[in-house]
Amino acid sequence: MLIKTPPRSVCKDSDVTPEAIYRSRRQWMAATGVLLAGSSIPDWLWAAPGSPYKDTPPAPAPDWFAQKLKNTRWQAHTAENDKITPFQAATQHNNFYEFGTAKTDPARHAAGLPTADWKVQVDGEVAHPGHYALEDLFTPFTLEERIYRLRCVEAWSMVIPWLGFPLGNLLKRVEPTSKARYVRFETLVDAAHMPGVRSNFARIDWPYVEGLRLDEAMHPLTLLAVGMYGRILPNQNGAPLRLVVPWKYGFKSIKSIVRISLVAEQPQTTWQNMAPQEYGFYANVNPQVDHPRWSQAQERRLPSGLFSSNIRPTLMFNGYEDEVAGLYAGMDLRRFY
Amino acid sequence: MSPLWFGRILVFLAALLPPCLWLYQAQAGELGPDPGKAILVRLGEGAWILLLLTLSLTPLQRLTPWRLWGRIRRQLGLWSFTYASLHLLAYVLFILGLAWERLPTELAKHPYILVGAMAWLLLTPLALTSNTFSMARLGKYWKFLHRLIYPVVGLVLLHMLWIVRSDWGTWFIYAGIAVTLLSLRLPGVLSRLSRF
Repeated sequence: MLIKTPPRSVCKDSDVTPEAIYRSRRQWMAATGVLLAGSSIPDWLWAAPGSPYKDTPPAPAPDWFAQKLKNTRWQAHTAENDKITPFQAATQHNNFYEFGTAKTDPARHAAGLPTADWKVQVDGEVAHPGHYALEDLFTPFTLEERIYRLRCVEAWSMVIPWLGFPLGNLLKRVEPTSKARYVRFETLVDAAHMPGVRSNFARIDWPYVEGLRLDEAMHPLTLLAVGMYGRILPNQNGAPLRLVVPWKYGFKSIKSIVRISLVAEQPQTTWQNMAPQEYGFYANVNPQVDHPRWSQAQERRLPSGLFSSNIRPTLMFNGYEDEVAGLYAGMDLRRFY
Repeated sequence: MSPLWFGRILVFLAALLPPCLWLYQAQAGELGPDPGKAILVRLGEGAWILLLLTLSLTPLQRLTPWRLWGRIRRQLGLWSFTYASLHLLAYVLFILGLAWERLPTELAKHPYILVGAMAWLLLTPLALTSNTFSMARLGKYWKFLHRLIYPVVGLVLLHMLWIVRSDWGTWFIYAGIAVTLLSLRLPGVLSRLSRF
């Protein structure tokens, strides 16, 4: 007899998404004919893709995205008992320092960033380097919806339904050489559209750089997101391409990626460069290792009301311990924070 | 109504209004998804700005013909203390979430909180002795005691510097204003300025 024991971070079929959202998705699917016609939906239905999520404004999607959206594996990963953060909150409270340091700056300033004809440079220790058009990176892959908890190093958290592709699939496609041990990512620098980059007092040495160990990058939870809430990514959330590593603090999940390099040495990342005693390379969510600015033992799950504050204990590896603890077996996580 | 009382009532209303507005905005969802943090930051910044305003009254008194600046000073100082106390309350309620058992660790591991708490502790005796009775009782020691405001300025600047993550712009502006206001108090500076 096959006994399946799902990891703790996966929920049972019965206690997934809040009912209202689930229902609105059902209605939406019925309305657009998914349930009736399967994948053979007439194209006109997709001309202005709506979202299965409540209060999510529709966004014009590029053709390739609209095509991918038709065959999406919805809820390929769900978050245990966790309510999905409303779209409004997830898009009005962002850290994206290229657009300013206040939480509302990205929503205010990012709208004008041009994201059409996006190119991604893939280089370093790979068999197939090159400048790829965004859509060409993902041609053979199926879009997946992954509902992940997002834990910011500043002690707040959200639950976001991402749309994307496992990074591992892309890496296999460009074939890392035997020398590749780390992956280095770079964010766009566009001073004309990014007021934060123009600031004279910013200590950040642009471009923003992040990195993962190759086995972390190949882990099935690691996602390259192109959308969220059933639509393309809003600019303030890292359009058109961002990383999502749900067991690490949010700053590891680099936004608006223009370069992915396979490298032999551990890359110097932005926050680690600026304050190495505060930000480590690994930055795994860990309630036992405190940060000099913010206690990591608990978090505010947003949206949080003034007198109904949503404070909860932070989970080891943000609740993904069963899946990822093996990556760090034998490592002293106090030293490699 | 005398200009003094008109000014005093104006200051009272102007200082009372922002926290009420923030509370309303927070309930209306206008402060974003993390209203507790937003209010915490606003109260802290408000306390600091009121502290700078309090410190600017003595130089204003010397430099301008209006002689009543000094007579709204006590009220502004008390408002700064009120904002600082509400800032502390917001921390305990919205950030610590009343988890008192965590407080020692919080203070030990996050020195900027300790520095902020020290600034508040130094402000407390100033607020308590701001009444006329205490002024009479303390006599010449009153002035000496109330010079504690200067170390408070330093502590608050340190508290704010520690919080800066990547952009020092605003901090430099605040530090510049504070240094200017304090240097106006150096002997001889004001009398030279008031000659122009």
